[in-house]
Amino acid sequence: MGLLSKKDAKLITDPLADNNPITIQVLGICSALAITAELKASLVMGIAVLFVLGIGNVVISLIRNIIPSKIRIIVQLIVVASLVIIVDQVLKAFAYELSKTLSVFVGLIITNCIIMGRFEAFALGNGTWRAFLDGVGNALGYAVILLVVGFFRELLGSGTLFGIPVLGDPIEKTGLYSIGYENNGFMLMPPMALIIVGLIIWVQRSRNKALIED
Amino acid sequence: MIEHIELFFKSIFIDNMVFAVFLGMCSYLAVSKKVSTAVGLGAAVIFVLAITVPLNWLLDQYLLQPGALSWLGEEFADYDLGFLSFIMFIATIATMVQLVEIIVEKFSPSLYNSLGIFLPLIAVNCAILGGSLFMQSREIETFGLAVNYGISSGIGWFLAILAIASIREKIRYSNVPGPLRGLGITFIVTGLMGIGFLSFGGMLTGEDEAPEEASQVNETVKIENLEPVIEEEKEIVTITKSEN
Repeated sequence: MGLLSKKDAKLITDPLADNNPITIQVLGICSALAITAELKASLVMGIAVLFVLGIGNVVISLIRNIIPSKIRIIVQLIVVASLVIIVDQVLKAFAYELSKTLSVFVGLIITNCIIMGRFEAFALGNGTWRAFLDGVGNALGYAVILLVVGFFRELLGSGTLFGIPVLGDPIEKTGLYSIGYENNGFMLMPPMALIIVGLIIWVQRSRNKALIED
Repeated sequence: MIEHIELFFKSIFIDNMVFAVFLGMCSYLAVSKKVSTAVGLGAAVIFVLAITVPLNWLLDQYLLQPGALSWLGEEFADYDLGFLSFIMFIATIATMVQLVEIIVEKFSPSLYNSLGIFLPLIAVNCAILGGSLFMQSREIETFGLAVNYGISSGIGWFLAILAIASIREKIRYSNVPGPLRGLGITFIVTGLMGIGFLSFGGMLTGEDEAPEEASQVNETVKIENLEPVIEEEKEIVTITKSEN
């Protein structure tokens, strides 16, 4: 990492684990969990948030000294909404099926608490380059959790990864299915996403005792 | 009348904002430590949803939908401003929240004291924007239904946060494993409540099929209206399921 000083590198690596936006800061759960039934949708959602948060943080950090603090929420919302419209239009043009699957959750990136949270907590008080790194780091931390949840839900729920069957064919009983394995359709139900995130939190906090709440 | 009752129960139980689509989870998790604050936030959400959903319905009908501008004249009939809906909706919500805050502060200081601190939180609550976006994607048909949808999905959210706040107040006396304490157990309890709410899923679809054979004219109209809504709602869940 010759390009980044040690302090800057921490901005990217911290949100990946010990300061993860979902499991530690509890931000951005709203639009995250409903779409993690497939890995592909999770990946696209992660990329969309990476785009919006990276660029949004830069924009807010650039104009931070000229925003009157009373109307900053509305200014922030307008910046996010414009970026999200770009994402939505691109998705509709190049991945129509996927944008149907994500349905209203693309629009809900606007009110994703990660974005407003990072604007408020970081971009308003830091320089452009650091704000960009912070945005990228937090979006990556968010994407990691989405991918982990998506991985387990798709693997256990439909026996596929990215839509490719990895456990054999459930109808012709090949692979794992030949010895009596069944897909757990329950994993595709929305509540299971919550339970998986709960388990991730459990694992993470057992490994790092400092994070335990009392 | 029947579709009002149907929409009312559907938005509270079957499409519950929290348990079925995870909207407003951030404030749901952050403000549910005490029942009294949870009630305050829940009431504010009902209030704001009841105002913004019908307002955005009007915007959608007369400004944003394909062909919505035809009241301006022939040449505007094929305009489609749909891509502006995110920015219009969020702008309405942010302004309305600000307005409501000013009005409540002026006319009812006691209500302001209990709601006041939550109102800024609400502008960025996903449940509010989600209410408007679902209203748009489910193609709610009349203004009355939009009002109904706003109020009833607000009530659904209120019930959810009330329930989790009561559980969290009690759970403090239980011996939860260290790493699960606080956030972890709240996630898992919410998941379990969500599974419970799944059982409401069959409620309306089961009833729809029986009267269809009995009285045909009325029912077929109703079912035509209902079916796209149901499909829409289950789309997210079943899209991978169908591959099995």
